[in-house]
Amino acid sequence: MLPVRAAILTLLLGAAAVAAPSQAETIEVTIDRLVYTPAEIAAKVGDEVEWINKDALVHTATVKGGADVLLPAKKSGSLLLQEPGSFDYICRYHPNMKGHITVQP
Amino acid sequence: MTLRLTTAAAAIALLIGANGALGADKPTDPQIAHIAYTAGVLDIEAAKQAIATSKNKAVVEFAESMVRDHEAVNKQALDLVKKLNVTPEDNDTSKALSQAAETKRQELAKLSGAEFDKAYVENEVAYHKQVNGALETLLIPAAQNGELKSLLETGLKLFQGHQQHAEHVATELK
Repeated sequence: MLPVRAAILTLLLGAAAVAAPSQAETIEVTIDRLVYTPAEIAAKVGDEVEWINKDALVHTATVKGGADVLLPAKKSGSLLLQEPGSFDYICRYHPNMKGHITVQP
Repeated sequence: MTLRLTTAAAAIALLIGANGALGADKPTDPQIAHIAYTAGVLDIEAAKQAIATSKNKAVVEFAESMVRDHEAVNKQALDLVKKLNVTPEDNDTSKALSQAAETKRQELAKLSGAEFDKAYVENEVAYHKQVNGALETLLIPAAQNGELKSLLETGLKLFQGHQQHAEHVATELK
């Protein structure tokens, strides 16, 4: 009985995932020893980027003339992508840290 | 300005001269740990002077980030030497760096306002450039312990970031 129920549940969940292909995603970017990984990400409007800062240092994810996300030491921070475009970002405190986000409509 | 650069250059010359030219005289890990730690402490002291003196938002924010970052890295360095059971060892390079920093501190103490801001930030650019040069050509290659070497490499990346940050603030001040 239980395995059957589990199988049905799996089916339902699978169907839900297929039925909502445009659901917003959260894309994770890890910061370790002053490096954004992956350095380049592709996303869609409505997606969220979450930066996970593993360093004992405060970082930011800053787009020139745009978003500025503060990333405290050993904490994470996120940004909802609201407009399409191609964005370079850096850390304001360590401008040699560089990343890029491409946002599709 | 001339005096400041001369003093700093002398400290670096000593660093290279005493250790670089003679292969046998490469610094040991306890000496490297002391030099790296001292370089961080000196930059924290310079930053505290700037926070107390400057009224410029970009300069104060830069100085605050120097205190924060160098304190974080020096804490990691202390944790590492403790773990490795290494006692940092004072040496001529550390002494020369400290002396150059003290001379600079006194020079900066005579300045205020925009003059201070400019002199402090320009010195931060020069100081990080020198420390990065020493890390790249001398301290990292000489480090024997893998974990120490790795921490110095992360330090280099961090201080290169500081150099670029200082250069950016210097441009804003012009």
